Amino acid sequence: MLSPRSLLIRGMLVGLAAGVLAFVFAYLVGESPIDAAIAFEEAHADPAAAGEPALVSRTVQSTVGLLTATLIYGVALGGIFSMAFAAAYGRLGQLGPRATAALVALAGFVVVALVPFLKYPANPPATGSEDTIGRRTSLYFLMLVIALASLALAIYIGRSQVARFGLWNAAIIAAGAFVAVIVVAHVLLPSIEEIPEGFSPIVLWNFRLASLGTQVVVWTALGLGLGAVVERSLRREAVLTASA
Amino acid sequence: MSSISSSATPRPAIQPVAIPWRQLQPWLLFGAVLAIGLLYFVGTEQGVFHLIGGSSVHEFVHDGRHLLGFPCH
Repeated sequence: MLSPRSLLIRGMLVGLAAGVLAFVFAYLVGESPIDAAIAFEEAHADPAAAGEPALVSRTVQSTVGLLTATLIYGVALGGIFSMAFAAAYGRLGQLGPRATAALVALAGFVVVALVPFLKYPANPPATGSEDTIGRRTSLYFLMLVIALASLALAIYIGRSQVARFGLWNAAIIAAGAFVAVIVVAHVLLPSIEEIPEGFSPIVLWNFRLASLGTQVVVWTALGLGLGAVVERSLRREAVLTASA
Repeated sequence: MSSISSSATPRPAIQPVAIPWRQLQPWLLFGAVLAIGLLYFVGTEQGVFHLIGGSSVHEFVHDGRHLLGFPCH
């Protein structure tokens, strides 16, 4: 049987690999819109503030800094993802480890990355005001908490309807409830519109696409990676038990 | 048709067995606390809250923070 401890460790290791892949993608696709945004920022900066020595150079930010961020992010998500997997495995009918991991990763991507992104998308440098960072951070995390709570609600509704409507229809009802709550939250929560006049919409689009793409890379690597690792160890265990 | 089964190695069927909640709970808590701690430093340290003075952490993970979708300056 699987132990939570070994799952947590494996999840964090898979997360480390996901962090490396995320870095490669973010570096190749995301750095050029960031550079374009910083060029816009510098062209429109207050001349008095210009010439300040940078605390961390752009080279460090775009390489070691970015790698550090994606690695820590990958390890953290990998750990929590493996615990979600541990809770789901064996509780989704006959789904094996690979299918369970893929399904949990898909749910994780939608709830943790996609839903908050659709309301408060990632912004490149030069597009947010220093004064509203508190408000923007609160709203972003509020959206994340609403998404997680909606997931919990959907799971509760789904489980309570399985006996009556069967697994497939109960899953549709649960997903419908999730979408309904999210749509209401997206409509009711205030929008943030701070993109400065003259900022290239193409740079903004490319940046946001790169950001969403990075999330797709992370969650795909987590889902496929943990599924493969757990499947392999369970097969090995089964072979050992069979031959003993 | 019968040659298919003879060439393939028989694979043992794996029956998915759930981990009991009791055994899982402390690990869920530990995993969540660990993840939130790590994500805090990548995502929001020296944004709204400051545990460490200055802006070295913010500047170092700057690009990652933007690309991973955290609200930033």
